Amino acid sequence: MKRFLGFVRKEFLHIFRDYRTLFIIFGIPVAQILIFGFAISTDVKNAGIAFLDLSKDETTQKLTDKIISSGFFRRTENLAGYNEIEDVFRKGKTKEVIIFEKDFGNKLLKEGKASMSILADGSEPNTATLITNYTMAIIGDFNKEIQGDQINNTLLIQPEVKMFYNPELKSQHMFVPGVITMILILICALMTSVTITREKEFGTMEVLLVSPLKPIQIILGKVVPYFLLSFINVVLILVLSWLVFGLSVKGSIILLLAESMLYIMLSLSVGILISTVSGNMQQAIFISLVGMMLPTILLSGFIYPLENMPVVYQVISYILPPRYFITIIKSIMIKGTGFMYVWKETLTLIAMTTMFIVLSVKKFKIRLE
Amino acid sequence: MKDENNTVISVRHLFKKFGNFIANDDLSFEVYKGEIFGFLGANGAGKTTAIRILSGLSSPTSGEVIVAGINASEKPEQIKKQIGYMSQKFSLYEDLTVKENIMLYGGIYGLKKALIKERTDNLLAKLNFMEYGNKLISDLPLGLRQKLAFSIAIFHEPKIVFLDEPTGGVDPITRRQFWEMIYETASVGITVFVTTHYMDEAEYCDRISIMSEGRIVALDTPENLKKQYNTDSVEEVFIKIARPVND
Amino acid sequence: MQKVIESLAIGKKFADTQALRDITFTVNESEIFGFIGPDGAGKTTLFRIIATLLRPDEGEMRVLGLDSGKGFKELRKNIGYMPGRFSLYQDLTVEENLNFYATVFGTSVKENYDLISDIYSHIEPFKNRLAGKLSGGMKQKLALSCALIHKPRLLILDEPTTGVDAVSRSEFWTMLAKLRQHNITILVSTPYMDEALRCDRVALIQNGKILSVETPQQVKAGFSRKLFMVKASEKFKLITALRKYPETLTAYAFGDSVHVTLSEDRVNESLFAFLHESGLNNVKVEETQAGIEDRFLELMQKGKDE
Repeated sequence: MKRFLGFVRKEFLHIFRDYRTLFIIFGIPVAQILIFGFAISTDVKNAGIAFLDLSKDETTQKLTDKIISSGFFRRTENLAGYNEIEDVFRKGKTKEVIIFEKDFGNKLLKEGKASMSILADGSEPNTATLITNYTMAIIGDFNKEIQGDQINNTLLIQPEVKMFYNPELKSQHMFVPGVITMILILICALMTSVTITREKEFGTMEVLLVSPLKPIQIILGKVVPYFLLSFINVVLILVLSWLVFGLSVKGSIILLLAESMLYIMLSLSVGILISTVSGNMQQAIFISLVGMMLPTILLSGFIYPLENMPVVYQVISYILPPRYFITIIKSIMIKGTGFMYVWKETLTLIAMTTMFIVLSVKKFKIRLE
Repeated sequence: MKDENNTVISVRHLFKKFGNFIANDDLSFEVYKGEIFGFLGANGAGKTTAIRILSGLSSPTSGEVIVAGINASEKPEQIKKQIGYMSQKFSLYEDLTVKENIMLYGGIYGLKKALIKERTDNLLAKLNFMEYGNKLISDLPLGLRQKLAFSIAIFHEPKIVFLDEPTGGVDPITRRQFWEMIYETASVGITVFVTTHYMDEAEYCDRISIMSEGRIVALDTPENLKKQYNTDSVEEVFIKIARPVND
Repeated sequence: MQKVIESLAIGKKFADTQALRDITFTVNESEIFGFIGPDGAGKTTLFRIIATLLRPDEGEMRVLGLDSGKGFKELRKNIGYMPGRFSLYQDLTVEENLNFYATVFGTSVKENYDLISDIYSHIEPFKNRLAGKLSGGMKQKLALSCALIHKPRLLILDEPTTGVDAVSRSEFWTMLAKLRQHNITILVSTPYMDEALRCDRVALIQNGKILSVETPQQVKAGFSRKLFMVKASEKFKLITALRKYPETLTAYAFGDSVHVTLSEDRVNESLFAFLHESGLNNVKVEETQAGIEDRFLELMQKGKDE
């Protein structure tokens, strides 16, 4: 028994003397609670909503006000015609469009019913379901209110709900883009960081350094195989999701692949940067996985929409590359947008990639200290 | 003091096979109480395999191996209580202090707290380590670490202590001090089974055995071997009879 | 003849430790220059400075006429470096490793094959074997071949024989000696004293300081006192007794005897009496030639006393 206790005591000592283990035991749970607590609200707040009011009368005005003042929504635009709907969805800020038919108020009074449509952005199925439900609830409430004024209540607004993009609300549409984003950055960063630190750990890096090889040659040499293989990976995932889930790319495949290559480059350069600050493989793996996995999953908009999170987290997400790529990939795959809609994100990724590469080459030590 | 009437290790026709590869090929020898027994051989000759069997870490394929009265094929676990072990690669936990390491091993071998404390004080005084008690192992120079590791290996006063290349890379003065510790250990009756690459250290042993390609090709005192092969040093004997394994 | 290495008062500090102190020496062309000293003496740090992998904190290091800090690009083309730990790719075959290093240095295996043929011929039959599956001696030969494949002017070997059995070690040094013919200068470090004899000149290093730089003969001859060899029936008792003997200055175990220096540089009759009284029999005392290790111990002891 004493033997056992002595051994247990030793294990405690090891743990308390290794800051990494302490971080895993205490740091991660705390971080997770904070992130999960705040970021993961399945409630919707401030969802972007646009109105196409073909009637513009008192009733529509009242209903519009009611919807906006509910706190769930935030008006983005007032549309002028049907042709603007696609555009406003593509821009991404609007999650729902409400269409009031012509002569809404009159029809309601005279015929007892009037038509309105609720169009939701189906590329985020969970959000779409939620906000349409809220909208329906608000409308139901409104119905009660207006009926309350009449004795004979046969007035009814029955909205028609449709999903824009992903009409069947397939969850794969949410997952596949997110999975591609996450896998690419994790694997690429992990692989490159490990392969470089492995050489450091085994001692072969010393011999490489003393050779005529330039740092940039070493870095690129490490990156090229992973670049090619990751690209094949992307193609594979796309083919698989098409075969198995029937998920096809709505927009330009070429654009998608080009953006993927950019993102792969970025992920690889993150890995290289990690390797310049890691002394050994264990550190590299630790930083790559822990330092990148959690933020990527939770704060990139992959699973939990960014609009719902406290401002702090939204700000943090601005420095995370996956956030931009998820937007790009969803736009192209599910909304079928072209380059014009994603140029901002693309530019950001290019800037980030350049920065990482420059930093990495600078930090790459041509000597041992 | 070598006591030839008291055999602490008895090996008869030991075979150890890994698949088709015969690592230990019909080994037979005896080691006596209080002896300093040197175990030499080229890399790949089968030394490490044999030591692992003798220290209870691995079982023989066939043959009789009796260590400290315990049969290694039947109860290898029991052997561990009777022996001490120190190797060059690992000995102590680097992120623990000197005292913590001593306490840990003392506890593992079942010594009572009071006894551990008493022996710790003695050990530290002997090695002139008094100020080092609370220093982390990683802060100690190599020579001190090796001496400490050895002291800890015999802390529980085992019958036999196995030393695997204990003096690699250590400066000549420390090496000699280490061997004086080995002499002292043997003089109180603890058998020392040591492997080494330093041929001059082979001369410090009472008897040595040389392994080559899984077999023992020589077993005798250093003086007898030198006479037999007509050389001035054990190194020359070694060069004559031990071939490095060509994979 | 140009000096291949000129080291002037090199100093290097790591955190709290002074790894190297006032290191001054030179190496001539085609020389085999050895650094002998225990672990922690500073050999690896010094070699890394020469190989342009570290910069010194103090002093000047000139290699092949260039400053090791500023001239690193040019130097890295002309140096062959074999660091202490096994540094080849374990998951590549023997042949693949060799080809890789040849290509990296802008040459091919064919071009300089004659240089390594003596060495490589030992392992050529295993050329399709993964490097990780070779024995210690074979790995050293492969590492040496890879370091030589681009015909460097300076070969830096950091403890190439550590952990390798005596036979392979001997073969390795024979191969090194042959390289002299190709005008390659060799800088090598080792903890084995006996290997010092196979160098042209030897620097003894301990705790970051050079204790001496001499030819092996000079090292032995430099021993300041007379050395005596004492044998008796029991080694341990002998050493303990000798240490108690008042005229003993130093007493070190050496194989089957004890090397002793005495205060009067000669053997007094009282020695035999003293030893007999301590219970020793078959006492033999002879004067003997000091070897490298004796000298090293002497210098180390002086270094400790300072």
